[in-house]
Amino acid sequence: MAVPKKKTSKSRKNMRRAHDFLTPASVSTCPQCKAAKLPHRACPTCGTYKGKEVIKIEEV
Amino acid sequence: MRHNKSGRRLGRTTSHRVAMFRNMVTSFFNHERITTTDAKAKELRSIADKMITLGKRGDLHAMRLAASYIREKSVVTKLFTTIAPRYTARPGGYTRIVKLGLRPGDNAQLAMIELVEEEFTPKVKKAAPKVKASAAAKAPKKEAAPAVEVIEEVKTKIADPAVACEASAD
Repeated sequence: MAVPKKKTSKSRKNMRRAHDFLTPASVSTCPQCKAAKLPHRACPTCGTYKGKEVIKIEEV
Repeated sequence: MRHNKSGRRLGRTTSHRVAMFRNMVTSFFNHERITTTDAKAKELRSIADKMITLGKRGDLHAMRLAASYIREKSVVTKLFTTIAPRYTARPGGYTRIVKLGLRPGDNAQLAMIELVEEEFTPKVKKAAPKVKASAAAKAPKKEAAPAVEVIEEVKTKIADPAVACEASAD
């Protein structure tokens, strides 16, 4: 069976993991209610997209 | 190669997928607005457009073709009598998809698909291509004369084919 000859050093380990990171989600603001929302999607707080369209009727 | 591999399989067998879209297009024309996943909405769009094209044809054969796909006869009559006549002026693109966000539970992208409104304003075709427009925009600041020349050139270019046609007819 193939076995590593040397123990992976902290440096090697950390170099390998240098690309393991999460990227933050891109956020846009709703032009209607100014709440943060995902870009190109309907606003979940006021239920509008591109101004006039009401997609979901949000009951308070 | 990707040749002849259009469409999504959606993790279903062909029969399962066809059965699902027959159900979906039936309830889509029944309710005129449904919420589903983004991928399914994008597939449904093409099917619904084809059904409306059948509805615009309006003959008996088209109605039988539509009835062989749509599951309810009442929906077929609705398609042919109320939905298709709305879009006589519209050359395709009868649906609108709006993304809604992520579904709790499986994190799927949800979307709302609906039939677009009846009003239709045809897109105005641009008179000149972009290259000429930008050239005309740059020219007038320095000299007014070159812009006029450009327009005249365009006119002669448009005029030429007609003259050529007449010449060939003679």
